[in-house]
Amino acid sequence: MATDVGVVVFPGTNCEFDVLEAIDASGANGHLLWHGNSFVPKYDSVILAGGFAHGDYLRPGAIARFSKIMEGISKFGADGGKIVGICNGFQVLTEAGLLPGALQKNRGLTFICEKVTLEVVSDKSCFTKVVSPGTVVTLPINHFSGNYTNENVDELEANGQVILKYCDNPNGSVNSIAGIRNDRGNIVGLMPHPERAISEITGGSDGLLFWKSLLKS
Amino acid sequence: MSEFELLAEIRHKSGIADPEGGTILRALPALGFEEISNVSVGKAIRFAVSAASASEAVAKGEELCKRLLANPVLESFKISVIS
Repeated sequence: MATDVGVVVFPGTNCEFDVLEAIDASGANGHLLWHGNSFVPKYDSVILAGGFAHGDYLRPGAIARFSKIMEGISKFGADGGKIVGICNGFQVLTEAGLLPGALQKNRGLTFICEKVTLEVVSDKSCFTKVVSPGTVVTLPINHFSGNYTNENVDELEANGQVILKYCDNPNGSVNSIAGIRNDRGNIVGLMPHPERAISEITGGSDGLLFWKSLLKS
Repeated sequence: MSEFELLAEIRHKSGIADPEGGTILRALPALGFEEISNVSVGKAIRFAVSAASASEAVAKGEELCKRLLANPVLESFKISVIS
């Protein structure tokens, strides 16, 4: 039986259908979950997709973390459920306190929309499980507030919680960090969009490695 | 109970990049404002609080900043009573 994956939709989320397609391409069933409903933890994993949840008012993710669904998602994560926040979803997870640090505006105050090369630095997370550390991948980024900040970055590195780094830091992130995990590795956040890199005819398929990792039990 | 008008000033913490402040600062010499320094850009949010006293209103405002208006990783805040 195919695995079921939930994809959270806030008002302003805009990457949910790309995520559904990536989940489908990886052989699982994706289900959209409206933010105003309670979260029923019957899925294998949950994705917080990219976009501009609640218009990014106040700060990206600041309002979304109070959505009704987030209470159940926090509990799902505390019970070991797999949660991945991509781009705006990463910002929501940091605002909700499910991942450490914060995403501030890009160095240079520019919105960046381009393909970047990244190095996977850890396979000890639910989203990089089948990727050998040292693997270099190309993925699109598409953000204004992707500058990862954490005053305890040394601790984060020492714990092995950094999973993905930019080869050429585009936004000022501390230690070129593009993706991190929580202590247990079941909650991941990253700024690049692996759901937009699942087919050679649309520019590359390196993103499939991440979806395969998520669906590997 | 009285109504108190509060102002929350939210600023980048020291050590956090402030690219907007830096950009404004770099534009100032062209306008002749050579004597201006330390420009920082933050947010100012006004709101009213019903409370028994000004100190109770400020305490409520501080709680609001800690839980929502400011991100403690990036920002510090100051509450003042406007009226």
